[in-house]
Amino acid sequence: MNLWNKLMCYSRRHSPWLFHMNSGSCNGCDIELVASLSPRYDAEQLGVRLEGSPRHADILCVTGPVTHNAAAAIRTVYGQVLGPKAVVAIGSCPATTNVFIDSRTLEGPLSKHIPVDVFVPGCPPRPDAIILGVAKAAEILAERGNQPPAESVMIPIGESACCAGGCARAEAAKPAPTEVQA
Amino acid sequence: MNLITALARLLIFPGLLFAVPCAWFFLWVERKAVARMQGRIGPPFMQPFFDFIKLLGKSTPPRSGVSGMLMRAWPLIAVSSAAGAVGLLPVLPASGGFEGDLILLLALLELPSMCIIAAGFSSRSIFGEIGSAREAVLSVSYNVVFLLAILSIAASQHTFSLSALAQLPSSPLRWLGIAALLVCLPAKLHLNPFSLPNAEQEIYSGPMVEYAGPELAMWELSHGLEWVAATGLVATLIAPHLILWWLAACIFFALSFAIVLLLSVTAAATARLQIDTTVRFYWQCTLIFAVLAVASALFMRYKA
Repeated sequence: MNLWNKLMCYSRRHSPWLFHMNSGSCNGCDIELVASLSPRYDAEQLGVRLEGSPRHADILCVTGPVTHNAAAAIRTVYGQVLGPKAVVAIGSCPATTNVFIDSRTLEGPLSKHIPVDVFVPGCPPRPDAIILGVAKAAEILAERGNQPPAESVMIPIGESACCAGGCARAEAAKPAPTEVQA
Repeated sequence: MNLITALARLLIFPGLLFAVPCAWFFLWVERKAVARMQGRIGPPFMQPFFDFIKLLGKSTPPRSGVSGMLMRAWPLIAVSSAAGAVGLLPVLPASGGFEGDLILLLALLELPSMCIIAAGFSSRSIFGEIGSAREAVLSVSYNVVFLLAILSIAASQHTFSLSALAQLPSSPLRWLGIAALLVCLPAKLHLNPFSLPNAEQEIYSGPMVEYAGPELAMWELSHGLEWVAATGLVATLIAPHLILWWLAACIFFALSFAIVLLLSVTAAATARLQIDTTVRFYWQCTLIFAVLAVASALFMRYKA
């Protein structure tokens, strides 16, 4: 690997630009994706930028269980994102269609339509899980370059870092902090 | 010797070798300042450089025909004219070589925004066309003030030569002109109170919406070079005349940096204005001052 390729690999890992696409999501994951760019989480430290045009993006972030209307749009937008590109499925809906499973109005899950690289499960996932997913996708992107995505590159991210209810349960399950002895 | 000096000015300082890293630095300063104002940490130092390299490695959509060729050409024209504008800045005192005049500098500064308008229309995207129309309206509005302000400075000295203008003694009229220039800079650089052409929440990226990969990298670079050229123009007008070239260079850089910081903080602290409010702002509020500046400049010249 020569110097230029190394530099390109490093740059790809440090400059993931996102395009966010809602395929019939309830807006929960969309709010969490925006929260990951907010002052508390500040994904821009990793070079993340939310772009308005799929032409500018490297990583396509899809939320929602793919509805009939969204299925064709998703394929179009995936085609508009230029290579090298990666796809992150945010939330449980694009992974499994979640509670909407067997609905007549759905054509999900997402992996039936486009190759997905990273799944970030949760309903909704926490912003830190989303940032981890994006960072993982940027890593995959940097390693893969312009080669077509392999079918099996699917990395489930931290099941524990999922929904608000899940976290509350996790908090409850934790042993109470012991008092510090003086 | 003259040729060597001219080449050195165009290629080394304040030309390409200085301007390109400086453009990335200013783009970083802008993003970092906005992030700090919003209580975030912001992007790492090398971020615009990584973005540029990454964009170079991306593919571009297939384009055919004349409009495809034009779409490839616009960013290159924008970059080269912005780089030429930076190369013309009279930073170093009396270095000889090719001395362009103010009219050439203004034309080169204006060319990138013309390219943006043309690029939006030739992309044939509805968002691109809206963005281009906005850019055209905006450029008609702020350019009247911008040109009048520069004209007032030039008219008071009866010269269009850049190095003579940079050596002007400080006068109240000059400060009036500089203030008018500073008011126009956010519109010229598409910053927040006047960021209509690339209003990312309404029309995505405006004229850039169809651009990708290396072409987008060229647009980013030309935007950075516009930063260097526009802030550098104001910096050379503010900077005192110095014999020591390294001191002149340092002061030029420090002043440009201060202006970038000022503009970024203003951008972070303000919200985007509507197009009619923007046009009214330039035509009704700012134009009066520019006309006053020109009038007093002409008056001063005929009195003298």
